[in-house]
Amino acid sequence: MIERRPGLTLLSHAILISGILIVAFPLYITFVASTVTQNEIMRPPLPLIPGPHMIENYTRALFEGSRNAIPVGLMMFNSLVMALVIAVGKIVISLTSAYAIVYFRFPFRTLCFWTIFITLMLPVEVRILPTFEVVANLDMLNSYAGLTVPLIASATATFLFRQFFMTIPDELLEAARIDGAGPIRFFFDILLPLSRTTIAALFVILFIYGWNQYLWPLLITTDKSMNTIVMGISHMIGIDDFTDWPAVMATAMLAMLPPVAIVIFMQRLFIKGLVETEK
Amino acid sequence: MEKRVVFRHKLLPFVLVLPQLVITAVFFLWPASQALYQSLLIEDAFGLSREFVWFENFENLYNDPLYFASFRTTAVFSISVASLSLGMALVLAVMADRVIKGTNIYRTFLIWPYAVAPAIVGVLWLFMFNPSIGLIAFWLKQTGYNWNHVLNGDQAMVLIVFAAAWKQISYNFLFFLAGLQSIPKSLIEAAAIDGAGPSRRFWTIIFPLLSPTTFFLVVVNIVYAFFDTFGIIHATTHGGPGKATETLVYKVFSDGFVSLDLGGSAAQSVILMFIVISLTVVQFRYIERRVHY
Repeated sequence: MIERRPGLTLLSHAILISGILIVAFPLYITFVASTVTQNEIMRPPLPLIPGPHMIENYTRALFEGSRNAIPVGLMMFNSLVMALVIAVGKIVISLTSAYAIVYFRFPFRTLCFWTIFITLMLPVEVRILPTFEVVANLDMLNSYAGLTVPLIASATATFLFRQFFMTIPDELLEAARIDGAGPIRFFFDILLPLSRTTIAALFVILFIYGWNQYLWPLLITTDKSMNTIVMGISHMIGIDDFTDWPAVMATAMLAMLPPVAIVIFMQRLFIKGLVETEK
Repeated sequence: MEKRVVFRHKLLPFVLVLPQLVITAVFFLWPASQALYQSLLIEDAFGLSREFVWFENFENLYNDPLYFASFRTTAVFSISVASLSLGMALVLAVMADRVIKGTNIYRTFLIWPYAVAPAIVGVLWLFMFNPSIGLIAFWLKQTGYNWNHVLNGDQAMVLIVFAAAWKQISYNFLFFLAGLQSIPKSLIEAAAIDGAGPSRRFWTIIFPLLSPTTFFLVVVNIVYAFFDTFGIIHATTHGGPGKATETLVYKVFSDGFVSLDLGGSAAQSVILMFIVISLTVVQFRYIERRVHY
């Protein structure tokens, strides 16, 4: 604080609070809509106070499933598997490839590095059709493998680990070698424990990334039992009168819950991960 | 930068990089080369016959007014999203940097939209602006403004801009706040002693020192608006009404998977690849050491 200006400070708080209210408004409306009946929604305006039908709406969404969608509980399970496999898979293969690139000299090392680098420039969105064909030819449509494996390669994570390994002093490796540790032992006993916070921060970001995937599951899960919650919700929205809005809104709340909870409760790791993956 | 000390092993490093390389080759390089190849072919929708046509697909795109309209839509969309969310985030970050008490609480309540999936963002905003049942559409009608984004292309664009900007505020806020907190306090104190008021200090000291962060965020926001908003558009407007909200990425999807124009879709993919490559180059070339944490 440079100088005392109570008026300005008050204004700052007022602006921040109205900012929070604007940002939270869509969430609040969604919550209210998930606690009222279809009739109340169909006769606008929507009440601004939550109704008493929360439990029945959420149970209906979670276990029954609407007109042309499977129960949301199942979708959430698919999303969870997808997010976990993507996050863990990306971390594992990035750790090992960064380890190889930093701690070994081998032919084509630079070529490997650039091959991984190129993936930065090829987001799913620009190679939709041919990637779909590859997955179809490999018979991976409607499977967890098809949902996850094509998204596992990660240049960002590899670079992040490479960057981190570079900051580890050489003396550590020399000491380990004098004590007779081979590459595998060095990796598990020294490198992995040192990378713990980086791994945790990355996991938070990658879990959110995996949970929020939309286009990819939309393309490769033609079988409804493989739908994830983020894409499955679009099957639940139809023409106004036939959309079970309370259930849709309950589903939206459930789809937001895991990633938002992670961001709020693991804020420090989340911010670390966000800042580092952008470097 | 290289390590001085390394392990000597012939086979192990290959085993370690292999998984990443195999996935990259199968799901990235091969499909990308297929896109390049398909962009030179014209294939009928059932895959029965294909013909090598050199650059005819690109010529068709060049002569297609719809493709240029999609470029315009994307430009309008990304510029609006970037300026709206950057503007709001900057105001909030400056305020959060000013107040002493509660910065962390404000931050907690402002960053959560980052975690909401684009498609879910679309559902949230679609519900509020739904012409027949949406709360905001209802309020607008009461003030005499007829909201119907299902029929009105401009309103559909406003809807997806709001939704996309809303999600991005949290990201921009975090980076602006980090940038603000890294500005040395002594500079601001010196200016205050020289008699500069808060607004003058902001425009002559804080804003210029923040410019690397701002530039970085502009690039990130444009990449976001180009590539990460497919879910928002698909969940709210489906590119409509007409083609009013069909961005480049959405058009690749709808031409390829809905209209089954494989060559045309592949040619658009190739053009998108060039856009990504140039954006990546800008990102690496000009914003190497931009923000100091």
